[in-house]
Amino acid sequence: MSVWRWFGWVVGLVGVMMLSGCGVVSGERAVDFVMLRDGHVRAALPGVVLLGLNCGLLGTLLIARRLTMLGDTLSHAVLPGIAAGFLWTMTKHPAALLCGALVTGVLSSLVTGWILGTTRLKADAAQSVVLTVFFAAGIVMIKLLPDGTKAGLDRFLYGQAAALDAGETMLLAVAAALSVVVIWWGYRGFLVLSFDPGYGRAAGLPVKGFHLLQMFLTTLAVVVSMQAVGVILVAGLLVIPGATAWLFSARLHRVLVLAALLGMAAAVMGTFLSFAGDGMAMGPTLVLCAGVMFGGAFLLSPRYGMARRMVSVLRHGRRVRREDGLKGVYRVLEDRGFSGAGFRLEESGLSERMVRSLERRGMVRFVSGGGWELTERGFGEAARVVRNHRLWELYLTRRAGFAEDHVHDAAEEMEHLLAEENIAHLMGVLGHPDRDPHGRRIPRAGDTIETSAARHE
Amino acid sequence: MNELMTGFGGLMVPRFDVEEVLIAPWTRYADATVWMVLMAVLLGVPCALLGNYLMLRRMALAGDAISHSVLPGLVISYLIFRDLGTLPMMGGAMVAGLVTTVLIEFITGRSRLKTDAAMGITYTTLFALGMFLVNRYAGRVHLDADCVLFGELEYVPLAEPSGLRVGRLGAVPMPVVIAGGMAVGTVGLLMVFSRWLLVTSFDGGFARSVGIRAGAVHYGLMALLSVVVVTALESVGLLVAALLVLPGATAQFFARRMGRLHGLAVVFAVTASVAGIHLGAWLNCPSAAAIALAGGAQFAVAWGVSVWLRGRAVEGVAG
Repeated sequence: MSVWRWFGWVVGLVGVMMLSGCGVVSGERAVDFVMLRDGHVRAALPGVVLLGLNCGLLGTLLIARRLTMLGDTLSHAVLPGIAAGFLWTMTKHPAALLCGALVTGVLSSLVTGWILGTTRLKADAAQSVVLTVFFAAGIVMIKLLPDGTKAGLDRFLYGQAAALDAGETMLLAVAAALSVVVIWWGYRGFLVLSFDPGYGRAAGLPVKGFHLLQMFLTTLAVVVSMQAVGVILVAGLLVIPGATAWLFSARLHRVLVLAALLGMAAAVMGTFLSFAGDGMAMGPTLVLCAGVMFGGAFLLSPRYGMARRMVSVLRHGRRVRREDGLKGVYRVLEDRGFSGAGFRLEESGLSERMVRSLERRGMVRFVSGGGWELTERGFGEAARVVRNHRLWELYLTRRAGFAEDHVHDAAEEMEHLLAEENIAHLMGVLGHPDRDPHGRRIPRAGDTIETSAARHE
Repeated sequence: MNELMTGFGGLMVPRFDVEEVLIAPWTRYADATVWMVLMAVLLGVPCALLGNYLMLRRMALAGDAISHSVLPGLVISYLIFRDLGTLPMMGGAMVAGLVTTVLIEFITGRSRLKTDAAMGITYTTLFALGMFLVNRYAGRVHLDADCVLFGELEYVPLAEPSGLRVGRLGAVPMPVVIAGGMAVGTVGLLMVFSRWLLVTSFDGGFARSVGIRAGAVHYGLMALLSVVVVTALESVGLLVAALLVLPGATAQFFARRMGRLHGLAVVFAVTASVAGIHLGAWLNCPSAAAIALAGGAQFAVAWGVSVWLRGRAVEGVAG
């Protein structure tokens, strides 16, 4: 079960990061952390892990809909709500501030929707307008607060995970649980909303309802998370675990599970590092951990990673060069009427390295007395590439209306890409032809040097 | 508490007094206000023009993203050069801006992620890096995070004076001179390259066919954006995004052609600057935020009028 394999990977990743962290700090601190001996860690860890879980899930859904920057908008738009909550009650009671933030957060996504619906502005511009105006309103309101009350609000801007109390952790737990339950229950709805909302509307699904639900959950996540990591960095935790997870799979349910795991892993690592290196603020450390994870996945993801891509490009390049080399040898043998499989290196155009590489693959062998010859396998392979080339040239001239002297370059590329079923189809379409546009024979499957010689005139 | 409330209410809903509301903001610190208005206009006009191109390219959020991600550039530059002067800060910010752009392009080019996700990842990670560095070397970096976040337009008249003097007003503050240089440079570059920018925004294929390198134009635009953002950072902070987007977003209600769009955006940028500084002086709140609010109010009015006009047009057709 791949989910369990991922789980293993993520736990392993956390372990490695923590071990490397131990290199920086004393092992004693690490043990303190693992044994939860420190009060700050005990206060921060559960809340931060729940936050990672929640943000991972919701971020995955945002990325699927290309709404990532919504996290950015929300994280700015809660600011006036916080100030308004304070003005309303004149206390720094978290409940008031959170309610205010929730209201302006939801309001910001509604206003964005209205702007998109009634103007020609595109999503990015609409989000920018809402973001800047709400943010500015928040700043004005905060500056209007009586002196000495701003200090408490810094906690919302920059976050302070170590100061999470039981009630706040409970709130994070409720928000995370709500997200899990809603996404579990409405998985199909979110799937349709993410990938084909038009179909959803046609099928009578309440697409709009799911959209509003998603907006609400995301706002809630931002609002409850800001005390831990600060409003600006919540946006990072929303995006990064989800984006990392999308690099491993293209199936929504798998990505959701993985993003939740990665979010929690980033939370644990960030807490550890900020605990281990004294005086490192939690929010930035968390986001940096998530960023490092993303970097690793970007390079090394087994399916979509850059390393994988580079290796396959490299492999393809090598195969192309090998096949071109064999093709060159085939042409040499053809010019001699296939009187034998032997050839000299100079006439074939093969380099010393290339011929060795072909020898390792059993395509050519060294003949005592000087020179090389194609093996049976090598001849079959060469004939296959030449057949692909000539068949494609013929197809382009006969079917696609290309001029005879314009088809060679295209065929040079296609000859390496055509699979046997494409060939069978081409053969059928072209009526099992014998000659290419330039009058040369098209080899057949199963040709050997003897049959070629017999058919060559 | 009671005292606080009344004091507070007094602040929130000021007594209407023509002298106090309309005139005092301009006369009380007249000299300083002149510099603030000049600064706001010098920042607002190039931002408005640049923002129009950003919106054309659906990159309006790039301004916000870059304004966050220059932070590590500033800190690292400071840690290297031990200097908070203009040149090292500009250099650090430009490098950070370009790194941001390259990273975003790199991620979108080499993975399945789209621009929005790449942008989100890049700017939050870089911002976190910046905060981490500030945190780590807090004792040695005299960067005020609040200042970076919110900006202090009010400090402009108090900044060190430059050699330049203007009649009765005396020496021109250094930031105004720098902003002036930036404004002239930006407007000049945008004018020179306006055709390239337009062609690459609307039709990349055509641009390539006439030999314009869309990639180079893109990176050039981002470099310019980084310079503008860092010039504006000290005065308006993250609200530079408002200067970039709001005038153009308001102007597009009234204009469809680029020339008119630019003209109106400049007008709205200037009116928002003046109204914002007035508002800031009147309510005694940060002018940068007040400018953004004034820009937002302009947008809201234009939006409302356009919706109303469309409603009437529909009625007219129906009736």
